Amino acid sequence: MFRPLRLAALAVFVLVVFLAVPLAIKAAGRTDFYYTLSSVALLAIASSGVWLMFHIGRINIGQGAFALMGGYVSAILVTSAGFSFWLSLPLAGLFCAAVSILIGLPILRLRGVYFAMVTLVLTEVARLLALALPITNGAKGITSIPAPGAIGAFGVTLVPAFDTFAERNLAFYYLSTIMMTLCFAALYRLVHSRIGKLFVAMQQNEELASSMGINVPAMRILAYAISSFLGGLAGAIFIAIAQSIYPSSFTVNDSVNFMLNCFVGGLGHVFGPMLGTLVLYFGWDLLFAIGQYQLLIYSGVMVLLMLVLPNGLLSIRLPSRRGARK
Amino acid sequence: MTSILKVNGLTKQFGGLVAVNDVSFDVQPNEILSVIGPNGAGKSTIFKLISSFLRPTRGEVLFQGERISGLAPHIVARKGVVRTFQETTIFKGLTARDSVIVAHHLRSRASLIGYYFETGLARRDEEAFGSSSDEILEFLGLGEVKNEIASNLPHGHLRALGIAIGLAANPQVLLLDEPFAGMNHEETRRAVELVRAVRERGVTVLLVEHDMAAVMKISDRIVVINFGSKIAEGAPAQIQKNDRVIEAYLGVEDQSIGL
Ligand SMILES: Nc1ncnc2c1ncn2[C@@H]1O[C@H](COP(=O)(O)OP(=O)(O)O)[C@@H](O)[C@H]1O
Ligand SMILES: [Mg+2]
Repeated sequence: MFRPLRLAALAVFVLVVFLAVPLAIKAAGRTDFYYTLSSVALLAIASSGVWLMFHIGRINIGQGAFALMGGYVSAILVTSAGFSFWLSLPLAGLFCAAVSILIGLPILRLRGVYFAMVTLVLTEVARLLALALPITNGAKGITSIPAPGAIGAFGVTLVPAFDTFAERNLAFYYLSTIMMTLCFAALYRLVHSRIGKLFVAMQQNEELASSMGINVPAMRILAYAISSFLGGLAGAIFIAIAQSIYPSSFTVNDSVNFMLNCFVGGLGHVFGPMLGTLVLYFGWDLLFAIGQYQLLIYSGVMVLLMLVLPNGLLSIRLPSRRGARK
Repeated sequence: MTSILKVNGLTKQFGGLVAVNDVSFDVQPNEILSVIGPNGAGKSTIFKLISSFLRPTRGEVLFQGERISGLAPHIVARKGVVRTFQETTIFKGLTARDSVIVAHHLRSRASLIGYYFETGLARRDEEAFGSSSDEILEFLGLGEVKNEIASNLPHGHLRALGIAIGLAANPQVLLLDEPFAGMNHEETRRAVELVRAVRERGVTVLLVEHDMAAVMKISDRIVVINFGSKIAEGAPAQIQKNDRVIEAYLGVEDQSIGL
């Protein structure tokens, strides 16, 4: 299924992300960028879940809730139950997926603004729960979370403990970008398989889809569970980098940003959220220089972008790309 | 002859409004049965009740002797009762061909996981859906435009695409809600032929339609609904002579019964 052009694009992506960027950072001595770019990669993973919800026609402004939940699940498993970080990672994702199935059963029947509003509330509910529950340690949060340990099999160390790295953040950079690559590859496959077509059909006309025998409620839950899994996964790695988590680690602001990342990058393409996250993250940082007008300019640019490019940055296509689409 | 579909005392209330009032009729295998009546009579509601998009307040629908009221719509579709829509009959952002391919859902043999990993079974499914879609599109005269985005198609093609989507689900009973609406004379004539051809494929067709000339030409039997109640049932010739029917239609100025 790999066409030459795609293979070339993949090769360039891999070379840039895993080779050129680390080398450039090293040469420039700006090691703080490892952290920055890890954040971008993780935020892109969380945003990709939101993008999938757009794909079935739902505006999800609640991804922050699952990032927070995933973070707590991993933190609690590692600090209180003595789990390895590596095991806590999939468990955090699965926990979020399970919770999203329970929440999704009632709320996924809502559409449009109604669904969006309910999900917006979810992030706040998650924050309040984190404050109130004994297991999350309230406002004090969970701190001093140990860094990921080594992964070994049959006496061979595959991944050394992160503490043993001279540049710990380089290890996290690789972890985050590898996860991002895997998640987007998996999502790409999903969207280009028959499942993706079913999702688009649901986005276009849920009633017609169910009269074609498609189990629309179940498919909606599937999409939401995948979305929340991605949110939980990203949250868990984030917390491993920060080595601490508080009820305010992910807020409504983050939830809104996950959604905006999709808008800016483009809803029509799987890689939209990746590009959108990169652009918005650095755009926001650049605006720091401007100080008090930051929010004003940011909002203005967003409005303009949606007016001029309603389908996001990836809607600017090269002519050859358009011809290549079937 | 045993009926394929039985509508028993079907009643639907929306708040105080009785949209469908104690309607009963039988549908014979492989017939074309039209449900007619003035605007707001409750025809679309009857179709929604049959396809289980709405739950009846009272009464039930039996398909091959089995109660299908109260089942989820996708289960009813799986059993073979498929409805197309009065309002939007298509997936407007998909190409005509992709729409029909998606609509083959009920014929999938591979699981979702199979489709994800493109197993041999999944690939065979995709191939089968592709060629079956091409055949259906050709059959309905959409071969030329199959790679167009549905929303770009002209009205007549859209209605045909709606029927194509319905056919892809391989129904035993196909409910067509106003398939000729907005068509000109020539398009309607072609569409009538299409519906006949669909029946030739062994499908039982239920039709809601306003175009009386077309209804009289195409139907084996007609059920007339007025204010939610059935007021007549019979062959086209009988219906045209029925006093209650004429009265109901005379009450509505811009309707003609094609007499
Ligand atoms: N979901 C609904 N809620 C409330 N009233 C409805 C609903 N659907 C239909 N109705 C009402 O039921 C009556 C019958 O509608 P409908 O079945 O669409 O008529 P027809 O298809 O014969 O034109 C109308 O008065 C309509 O306003
Ligand atoms: Mg109607």
